[in-house]
Amino acid sequence: MLTLLARRISGAIGLVAALLALAAGPATAQNITGAGATFPAPIYSSWGEDYAKAGGGSLNYQALGSGAGVTQIINRTVDFGASDSPVATERLQKEQLLQFPAIIGAVVVIVNVPGVDGTKIRLTGDVLGEIYVGRVRLWNDPKIVALNPGLKLPGIPISPAYRADSSGTTSIFTKYLAGVSPIFKERTGAGNSVAWRTGLGAPGNAGVAAAVKNIKGGIGYVEFAYAAENGMQALQLANGSGKFVSPSVPGFMEAAAQADWANAKNMAASMLNMPGENSWPITSASYILVPRNPKDPAATQRVLKYVDWSFRNGSATADRLHYIMLPPEVQDEVRRQWTTLTAGGKPLWPAN
Amino acid sequence: MTTPAAHRPLIGARRMHLGDTTFRISLFAAGAVVIIVLFSILAIMFAGGKLAFDTFGLGFVTGTEWNPVTQIYGALPAITGTLLTAILALMIAWPIGFGIAFFLTETCPVKLRGPLGVAVELLAAIPSIVYGMWGFFVLAPFMAEYVQPWLTSTFIWIPPIPDAFYWFTAPPIGVGLITASLILAIMILPFIAATTRDVLLSTPQLLKDGAYAMGATRWESLTGVVIPAVRGSLFGAVFLGLGRALGETMAVVFVIGNAIRMPDSLMAPSATIASVVANSFPEAEPGTLDLAVLLGLGFILFVVSFGVLAIARLLLRQERMS
Repeated sequence: MLTLLARRISGAIGLVAALLALAAGPATAQNITGAGATFPAPIYSSWGEDYAKAGGGSLNYQALGSGAGVTQIINRTVDFGASDSPVATERLQKEQLLQFPAIIGAVVVIVNVPGVDGTKIRLTGDVLGEIYVGRVRLWNDPKIVALNPGLKLPGIPISPAYRADSSGTTSIFTKYLAGVSPIFKERTGAGNSVAWRTGLGAPGNAGVAAAVKNIKGGIGYVEFAYAAENGMQALQLANGSGKFVSPSVPGFMEAAAQADWANAKNMAASMLNMPGENSWPITSASYILVPRNPKDPAATQRVLKYVDWSFRNGSATADRLHYIMLPPEVQDEVRRQWTTLTAGGKPLWPAN
Repeated sequence: MTTPAAHRPLIGARRMHLGDTTFRISLFAAGAVVIIVLFSILAIMFAGGKLAFDTFGLGFVTGTEWNPVTQIYGALPAITGTLLTAILALMIAWPIGFGIAFFLTETCPVKLRGPLGVAVELLAAIPSIVYGMWGFFVLAPFMAEYVQPWLTSTFIWIPPIPDAFYWFTAPPIGVGLITASLILAIMILPFIAATTRDVLLSTPQLLKDGAYAMGATRWESLTGVVIPAVRGSLFGAVFLGLGRALGETMAVVFVIGNAIRMPDSLMAPSATIASVVANSFPEAEPGTLDLAVLLGLGFILFVVSFGVLAIARLLLRQERMS
């Protein structure tokens, strides 16, 4: 619920800021307003601060949630919207929106099995799916033991934890499970919030992490950035090549490089369950949405400039906050997509 | 000949009349505000939730499947969780609250009376989010470590109703129906204790003295004289607590386990109407079935609370008649 509170508070602050900005009049010209996903909020805000220091416009990003971000850009109440899951092609066309990836994140699986080092535990997506539908119920289930011949797994119940609030993290995690586990796809499916067949819900990344810590036999999923900042141990998953990998930044970058960007509609390339030596299977991009027919072309141009500056200068900040930059060739593809934006017959990019 | 002095009382009377009218109108307005606010909230929730009622009909209330992916919404698990936690909380808090109140008014040393009374009232002053975090980080691990294993090992030996013990067994995860009920019990305790104390204090001393004069013990005076005299108001105190337990949100979200499934154990994770709305509301987009469903849930909670109050009133009326 902390995120809910934070959203409320940031929403309130955003409202006040918007009112102040209205009152200030023309001075708002240099501001960039964005709203949406909570997952990339820290990196967008940090980039915004750096960008303002470097002489760019100042960014006001409201972390209201992906759904709210999409609604706000459709209503054109912000300069850009942000969503953790890509928006469907038909909707993008209907609402005249351009979608592009801006940052990469990953979801990792944390466990609490007494007497066992969590980072040594290996699972396949299939078994993870069976755990999350309640088919595999004990840590010494033959299916888990078969994957972990060297480990002494106790016969205690598995308590899966999930996000109680509607969340982009849940969307990425369930999309991955639905892709690799037929029974999970059939019984649960994918979405920002789903009908979990077993386990317990806790509010926010912090809630899931605390639940796993408190419950013997607990398992849960959190954003990599959260796990890294809190020094949590994550288990190994089998990737698209059947290799067991631990989550790592090179693994996320490899997954991003493996994705089929060239053929992805609206740049919504899936990075889930990619093959490779180190590719982490639950890697995903977070997206930014801008209007194709902007009422205020200068405002959209300011968004593009901000993102372009962040692509070129933001990697140190991304490292510090445990986010992963888009591979350079994908950044170039994003810039190429921008050239399709026009206002009054004039292209908005390259901006001068 | 008329003097100005003769007019004065008339003007004065007219002024008083005007003041009187203003006063009466403003009183009426104060009363009307309550009615208008109440009914507009009810109307807006019904209108907002109409899409949900139209889509699922009665199944919205009786359905046990809550699936945002397939867009099938049945609220029965949430309704069950709401009623179970509130009633359990009441069963825990009522005896304790009553004990506190009777202790404070009858047997408590005078020196202790003030501090204890303040302590009880302070419980009511703690914000619910603090209860939630305390419940999540302190109470839930304690329940998982000690209480739930004990309940499981104790009730596994109780055979009379087959399968009944399942209601007391589950993997010890700490959060769930019983933990939420405990937190709710602590939260409604001060309301029940304070109101009951005031009710007991309002019992005419003459009645109690009469009982003591006839040689009654404190227990006999309580059960034979005090309680019958204030029975109605005691029920009021309890239902005030129940009302709070039904609608409590933040604290419950932390400790109930947020599983929108029919509970099969008192230790199982569950959900309440208020917790479901709080969890799902931030991402519910305007105009969608998701939002209509949440507003519909709000309407159901309203009706459930209203129903509880109505039953309470009915019970009271019967008490008074008999």
